[in-house]
Amino acid sequence: MKKRKRLSRGVAVVGAGMSGFGMYRDKDAKDLFLEAFLEMRDSVDKDFDPKDIESLYIGNFSGDFFVRQAHWAPIIADLLGLAPIPATRTEGACASSALSFREAVLAVASGMYDVVLAGGVEEMSKRTTEEVAEGLALATSPYEGAAGFTFPGVFGAFATAYFAAYGATREDLMNVTIKSHMNAPLNHKAQIRSSIAEIMQVRREKARQKGVDIPVWEDEKAFLRDPGANPPVAWPLHLFDCCPISDGASCVLVVAEEIAREFTEKPLYVAGLGQGSGRGFHGMDRLTSMEATRRAAAEAYEMAGYGPDGVDFAEVHDCFSIAELIHIEDLGFFEEGKGYGAVAQGATRLDGEKPVNTSGGLKCKGHPVGATGTGQLIEIWKQLRGEAGPRQIPNPDLRAGAAHNLGGTGGTCTYTILERR
Amino acid sequence: MQDRPIGDMAFRQYLKEEKLMGSRCNACARLYAPPRGLCVDCQVADMKWDEIVPSGKLAAFTCISVVTGKMREAGFGKNNPYCVGVVEMDEGPRVVGRITGVDASDPESIRIGMPMTAAFIHSAGNDSADTVLAFRPSGK
Repeated sequence: MKKRKRLSRGVAVVGAGMSGFGMYRDKDAKDLFLEAFLEMRDSVDKDFDPKDIESLYIGNFSGDFFVRQAHWAPIIADLLGLAPIPATRTEGACASSALSFREAVLAVASGMYDVVLAGGVEEMSKRTTEEVAEGLALATSPYEGAAGFTFPGVFGAFATAYFAAYGATREDLMNVTIKSHMNAPLNHKAQIRSSIAEIMQVRREKARQKGVDIPVWEDEKAFLRDPGANPPVAWPLHLFDCCPISDGASCVLVVAEEIAREFTEKPLYVAGLGQGSGRGFHGMDRLTSMEATRRAAAEAYEMAGYGPDGVDFAEVHDCFSIAELIHIEDLGFFEEGKGYGAVAQGATRLDGEKPVNTSGGLKCKGHPVGATGTGQLIEIWKQLRGEAGPRQIPNPDLRAGAAHNLGGTGGTCTYTILERR
Repeated sequence: MQDRPIGDMAFRQYLKEEKLMGSRCNACARLYAPPRGLCVDCQVADMKWDEIVPSGKLAAFTCISVVTGKMREAGFGKNNPYCVGVVEMDEGPRVVGRITGVDASDPESIRIGMPMTAAFIHSAGNDSADTVLAFRPSGK
């Protein structure tokens, strides 16, 4: 009989920190990583000497392209005073730092190291939107790139296939967007901290000041339907279906389970760890689902010993609104084709049965691609420890939370379940 | 022409010659497009070129308004979006390409399931990458 997947020894997360996510003219990747590191250091409840860190993994998708600097791992090790410990960069497109976390967990589980830092960083906003589109398109499959697909274009195509298969419409995408914008104002680290209603009010006020016609939108969906307010990017995706361009960094401290309580009385344990690879459109089994996510989820659930019902809440990779619908189905929270209906009923809201992207998600928290994976884990950290402040999920018995990170057109997907014990 | 090594470079060269070519496994007869040098079903690397019947159905599409620099130079942009999509060929393989002969400014007029026929967009230059695989609605 095949042995159940498990770690050779238990692994825990005992610290977590992130920079603000946003577009910073006055900060570079090193400045941002230092912010994340200092917050992580302060988050460790008991004594912690950074000199105890034995190895470092850094996720970075494309500093090579965005800021013409590659080879980030030793740069960060030097920045933090950790050199000459081993420092390794991981690249999995927008899942780069979920991979750094995974490598850190495996390194500790192997017995080689007891204390490892995993993080990620990306600096994107000093490029034009056009250049960022080109940079991100480096992570599509070669055929999609040649045909002229951009990244929003890839997810736009997923959306048209999903609409045709299940009868969803743009209105269903809007429900995802509106929900993200409800959570983000409660997260002071988020890049976009306004509800859609607040954005409408700002636009009306601007029009009033300019002396032009004040737009009349009867509700948030009317605003999102207005192509003047919400222009198309890659049909059916419009501006408010897309995450912003972001700079940011994040990191978590990963230690062996047997020493976790030397760092904190509230460690989080790695219950499930999964990763999968996917193919371009030419090789997918269907266009409404991602095989790599399903594989990652199956691996993590097998290790955890429970399925989606055991996961109380999740951060999922909503680079585009349609992606959130596809992921919540692939992760087993809802049946295939039923995710959009559940979202319309409020199931994924902060007070819903399965809160999703309580941080505001990539859509509003921001998506500095290499920093997103460990950034998602920070939300799980805060929620499970009861430290999420105004966005704390109103359920005193939260036990397990999960993060789903995606790179490319579903080329790399990861799924990590953390739990309290 | 059967002598060309099976891979993306020859696939692109064929596109330049207005041929949509796939590879077929000599062991199990499965057809791949884009071509594979290894049959991923039976792990046999004994493949031959096979021209694909150039018809299929539109399975997914998008009309892109925020474009890369390369597409802007080709005249596309927010006032002139272009359409790309995924076509399921009648013989089975699924292929991505530009979608022409549709109004990319009116995406609601484009329907999943529309019958499509392969077309080829040539641009200036002699590089084999300069022909883009496209599909247009059949009969247009």
